[in-house]
This record gives sequence, C-alpha cells and structure tokens, in this order.
Amino acid sequence: MSSGLFYAILGCALFALGLAATLLLREALRRVLAFNVMGSGGFLVFVGLAQRDGVVDPVPQAMVLTGIVVAVAATALALALLRRLEQTDAHEP
Amino acid sequence: MNADLVFDLVLGAGLLWSAAGALLGRDRYGAVILFIVFGLLMTLAWVRLAAPDIALAEAAIGAGLTGALLLDALGGDSAGTAQRGASRWLLLPLAGAIAILLAGALRGLPAPSGELREAVSAALAHSGVSHPVTAVLLNFRGYDTLLEVSVLLAALLGVLGAARDARPARLSAAPLLQAATRVLVPFMLLTAGYLLWAGAHRPGGAFQAAAVLAAGAVLLALVGMLGGWTRPALRTRLAIAAGPAVFLLVAAPSFERTLLLQLPPQHAGRLILLIEAALTLSLGFILAGLFLALLRGDTAGDGQA
Repeated sequence: MSSGLFYAILGCALFALGLAATLLLREALRRVLAFNVMGSGGFLVFVGLAQRDGVVDPVPQAMVLTGIVVAVAATALALALLRRLEQTDAHEP
Repeated sequence: MNADLVFDLVLGAGLLWSAAGALLGRDRYGAVILFIVFGLLMTLAWVRLAAPDIALAEAAIGAGLTGALLLDALGGDSAGTAQRGASRWLLLPLAGAIAILLAGALRGLPAPSGELREAVSAALAHSGVSHPVTAVLLNFRGYDTLLEVSVLLAALLGVLGAARDARPARLSAAPLLQAATRVLVPFMLLTAGYLLWAGAHRPGGAFQAAAVLAAGAVLLALVGMLGGWTRPALRTRLAIAAGPAVFLLVAAPSFERTLLLQLPPQHAGRLILLIEAALTLSLGFILAGLFLALLRGDTAGDGQA
C-alpha cells in the first residue's frame, strides 16, 4: 500500500470522526473542533488519493493550501459568533 | 519500507488519538491542547505526503494561529462540561461505520490518470516560477487564490461585526517576555520576506509568509505590545485591500485578450512576485486581524490597572 493511499484511508477515518462529533456533540466549541478535524480528514483524502501512485501532484496540494487558510478564517468566524451567542445568553436569563 | 510503514502507523494512531481526545475529552483546556497536538501531527503527515508547502502552512496556521484563537476563546472558563453519556457512546460506533463506508468506496477507484500533473509540468516553463505549487496558486488557478482572499475578507468583516461592541483589549506581560519579543519579531519579518522570495523556486510563498507575519502580530498582542482591534484604521484597511486590488489590477489588462487572470508569460515572474508581495501584506493583516478582533483583555490585569 502506498503512503498516499494510507493517508487517504486515515483521512476517511478522521472525516468520519469529525462528522459524527459535529452531529452528536452538544458543546459548541467541540463542534468547531470537530469541523476542523473533518476538514483535515478531507484534505488528507484529497492529497492522498491524488498521490496514491506515489507521484507528487501540485494541483491538490495548492488547493489544500488554500483550504487551510479558509479553514482558519471559518474557525475565527465561528468563534466570533460563539462569543456573541454566549454574551446574548448571559444577558437573557 | 518497513520503517516508513511503522512511522505511518504510529503517526496515524497519534492523529486518531489526538482527534478523539480533543473531541471527547472531559476538560475543555485539555481538548484545545490536544487539538494543537493534532495540528502538529498533521504537519508530519504532510511531510510524509511530500507536501512541504502544506506542512509549513499547517504548522503556522493550522496548529499555531487556530490554537491561539481557540485558547483565547476559552478565556477564563476552562471547566469541563461533561458530555452527555448517550451521545458519547454512540459517537465512536457511528464514526467507525462512516469510516468503513468511505474507505470501502476508495477500493474500486481506477488508477490516477495524472493528466493535470502532466499539464502543470508542461506549462511550468511559461508560468514565470519554477515551483509547481506556486505556479498553480498564482498563475494556473489564480482565481482560486483571488476568491480565497475574498473569503478571508468576508470572514474578517464577519468577525469584526460580531465582536463590534468589545472593548479594545491589551494584555499585560512580564518585561522579560517583551524584551524577548523585541528580539524575535524582526527575525520573523526577515523569515516572512525570505519565504515570500523563496516561493518562486521552492516551498514557500505568500501564504506561509503571511502566516509568519500574523504569528508575529499574535506574539506582540500576547505580550501586550499590540492592542486588540475594534475598528481598523484607514492604513490597516488599505493594507488589507492591497492584495485583492493588486491582483485584479495586474490581471485586468489581460481580460479581453486571454483567459481570466492569465498572466503574460514574458512578465509572469515579476508579476507573480508583485501579486505575492501584496497578498502577503493583505493575508498577514487579515490573519492577524482575525485574532486581534477576538482578543479578550485579561480581566485580572484590567482589575489592577
């Protein structure tokens, strides 16, 4: 088994873990962590599958690079909304 | 071969363990720390996949900046709220079932054709740079990068909007930390400049350089030498707009002649450096802004002041 395929399968497992946690966990912060884990899993599948014959492929690598930066922006936005939610909850009994 | 496989297996186990710990652990603080560990292990996975560009970005952004954001979001309240028992026990079997389903779908795939890969190496000579990942990001699929900066701008606007009534926060720190930071930050600027320049022919480029710039800003904020954002000043807004503006201005002359955002081959190298320099500035400010807009003042320090 090539290491590309290995990391693609690992990516499937991480994506599944993140998806299940996003669906089932109650705490909002954990859900933010969970969708990040899901994203990382997706990135691994993307790059791993493209490189399962062992040859480096720059196209998925460039797109995952873009994806990582977008993921941190999404995380920051989620945390900002989360804080807003906490403030609103604190004001209303 | 065997040593590689052992490394992959240990790394895979570490990734699954740290992810499960971050999601299921009782303590919120511990969960965030394990998530940072997860990010660092992901960096190793990218190295194993021969993707040093992603490894650099993951270390600086995935583990570093996301970690700083999450730790800041915890604030004072790191007390664990116990997860509900039923959903916890349901989670792992559900995840396992989805994973088996997904991994099963990988089995029937045909061998990768490598068409895109060949197209990239065929056109690399006309792209203006010799590093294929940079060529894809800034030339062949420039619109991805342009749209990405736009998404980041939108996210920053959202964060500023959601945190609009927050007080400008400034942390307090020991003088020794501040002195160490004064030494470190110029070197971080130098590193960012190097990464930007190196992107043309080896792993590096605007994203990684911007991540290092943002990390410098986070460090300055953590030792109280930089205050949080409430309303960015005009200068800051211009810096934020520089990346997308320069990108569009450089690409605009070619709109009617060639494909969207296609750079003329004879000037591509210089144009890419120009776009990357502007992008580094913008992305650095945006990534730093995501943290600075959310920065909480340390309440203990405020009480003493």
